[in-house]
Amino acid sequence: MTATPIVSPENVVLGQEPGRSVRGAASLRRRMARRDKESGLDRGIVSATEWRTPRVRFPLATVQLILLILLVICGLLPILWLMKSAFTPTQDTLTQPLAIFPHGATLSNITAAFGINIKIQSYFLNTIWVAAGAWVVQIVVATTGGYALSILRPKYGKIVSGLVIATLFLPAIVLLIPLYLTILHPLVIGSSLLNTFWAVWLPSGASAFNVVLVMRFFDSLPREIFEAAETDGAGPFRLFWSIVLPMSKPVIGVVTVFAIINTWKDFLWPNLVLPGGTDPSSIQPLSVRLPAIQGTTEFGPFLASLAIATLIPIIMFLVFQRTFLNGGGFGGAVKG
Amino acid sequence: MTTSTEPLASRQGAPRTTPRRRVRGTPLTWVRRGGLANLLFLLPLLGIFGVFSWGPIVESVIISLQHTNFVVTTWSDPIWSNFEFVFRDPTFWLAVRNTGYFALLALIFGYPVPIVLAVIMSEVKRFKGLFSVLAYLPVVVLPVVSVLLWKNVFYDAGATGVFNIILSWFHIPAQPWIQSTATAMPSLVLEATWAAAGGTIIIYLAALTNVPPELYDAAEVDGAGIWQKLWHVTLPQLRGIMLVTFILQIIGTSQVFLEPYLFTQGGPVQSTTTIMLLIFQYAFQSSDGGSNLGVATALSLMLAAFLAVFSAVYFRVTRSWSQN
Repeated sequence: MTATPIVSPENVVLGQEPGRSVRGAASLRRRMARRDKESGLDRGIVSATEWRTPRVRFPLATVQLILLILLVICGLLPILWLMKSAFTPTQDTLTQPLAIFPHGATLSNITAAFGINIKIQSYFLNTIWVAAGAWVVQIVVATTGGYALSILRPKYGKIVSGLVIATLFLPAIVLLIPLYLTILHPLVIGSSLLNTFWAVWLPSGASAFNVVLVMRFFDSLPREIFEAAETDGAGPFRLFWSIVLPMSKPVIGVVTVFAIINTWKDFLWPNLVLPGGTDPSSIQPLSVRLPAIQGTTEFGPFLASLAIATLIPIIMFLVFQRTFLNGGGFGGAVKG
Repeated sequence: MTTSTEPLASRQGAPRTTPRRRVRGTPLTWVRRGGLANLLFLLPLLGIFGVFSWGPIVESVIISLQHTNFVVTTWSDPIWSNFEFVFRDPTFWLAVRNTGYFALLALIFGYPVPIVLAVIMSEVKRFKGLFSVLAYLPVVVLPVVSVLLWKNVFYDAGATGVFNIILSWFHIPAQPWIQSTATAMPSLVLEATWAAAGGTIIIYLAALTNVPPELYDAAEVDGAGIWQKLWHVTLPQLRGIMLVTFILQIIGTSQVFLEPYLFTQGGPVQSTTTIMLLIFQYAFQSSDGGSNLGVATALSLMLAAFLAVFSAVYFRVTRSWSQN
């Protein structure tokens, strides 16, 4: 979390000019890519002439083939194994993990994962709730705050944005314990937020990264538009709702992707503030619940649960490939 | 795009396009001039950051100087005694060593791999997308799921553990993986590298497409071969991003928590207890039954201070490298 912005803001706004629709930008990018290909502008280290000489082509193609095989083994096979084990009886997985259905396939693991003891569907629902609420909080804080700081610009705005940017460089762990105490004894409300979704939702809004991202985007919008709207009699609220928000779809999209990926992956914080109580499956998201059930669940259904929890992000990834590979990669890179 | 990459500071310093009259007035004129609206729009940010970011930052300094469990709070005597406790705790020095070992192994295994893979992948002519999708797949898997899968299936120390079966094909004896002090930490690093490499590969791939093609053309005119182009054009062009991923990796690995917590709980015999895990144990799993929030906060402040100093020195030292 700490140092993400060092790489991100320039890359994240995907080279789109503000105000241009996402679809327009995508088709423009495709057209430019095609043009580059035709004129050989997208060349790498090896030139077209070198690629035609067998002395270069043969070893290079071999290296690439080996890499492809390695990537299939490391990237694809573990996931395929997990999918296979979801349909394999527990005993077969334990005794012959690398055999493919030695005694036939079964659906019982899958039905058990959705059954009374595991209830994976409710973990999913909790994850969706956690992500949805965190998304709303992050969008509200980032857009209203960004609007005030970079478009309305009150006199004290520089101090506020300075304070926000200062928190960018602070490792999240400094906050772990005081934040936990804040959740335990919140101001004003009085009662503990422990075991409520608010404990995840509210702190997620304090993301300096989001605010900086939105501010940079708003700074790049042409100010003439706002002046014209002011001349036409639009107040600050009208300006925000009818002009700035509709124009900021691209940056809202980026914040959304980051918000969902981060809440989906997070373990330490939800594990701390959603300990569960009497019925943990009604509040804990997947990332917290799956480690919790590993000791008490039969192996086959447990692996089926892991497989189900893997299938959905993989489908999302394959559908939204371009978004992930263009911008989403930064979340993973920071974890190290 | 030119405007959006403009640094924040210069944009803010730019003169206001609509200068407002600076007349001191009553609260009513303040409201009329939009002061109230400004404040209303800032309210969510001020509230959330105040309660969940700025407040806790100040609080963490206070807590580190106090003796706290969840019920009674007193000032420490002497005031630095939490920090002293950390320095006197042999587990702390062990955790420093373990975290350093994890970071070092992750650097040796994990740092060069994405660079090499990305350079090879960027030269692929057909099915380039397939390569990056395959490389990115492990990143998509929920981190918790990866750890649980590796722990229960691949790192199974018995003869039917997946890795041990594969080793037996090559007549290599079965390994204890996460169950022995010698192999536990390398096993954690192996999984962490597998889980994170894809994200870094994508960053390098993006950087490689940004290398100006004219540089390669020019190098060819000067008679450079493939290796010379790689050494004199590609790698220098990647230097900036390599410096950034290096410090990001150090910051990330020195805060490693998920792997030691879920794989080993710091064991066997504390061989994988990292600083983050120790902070967590001080705060929530103290051996004497109580929790020692003050000591835990003191340690997290120390880690944060170390990372801040390290990053500052790093950027100062490397500033000249990335420019030429």
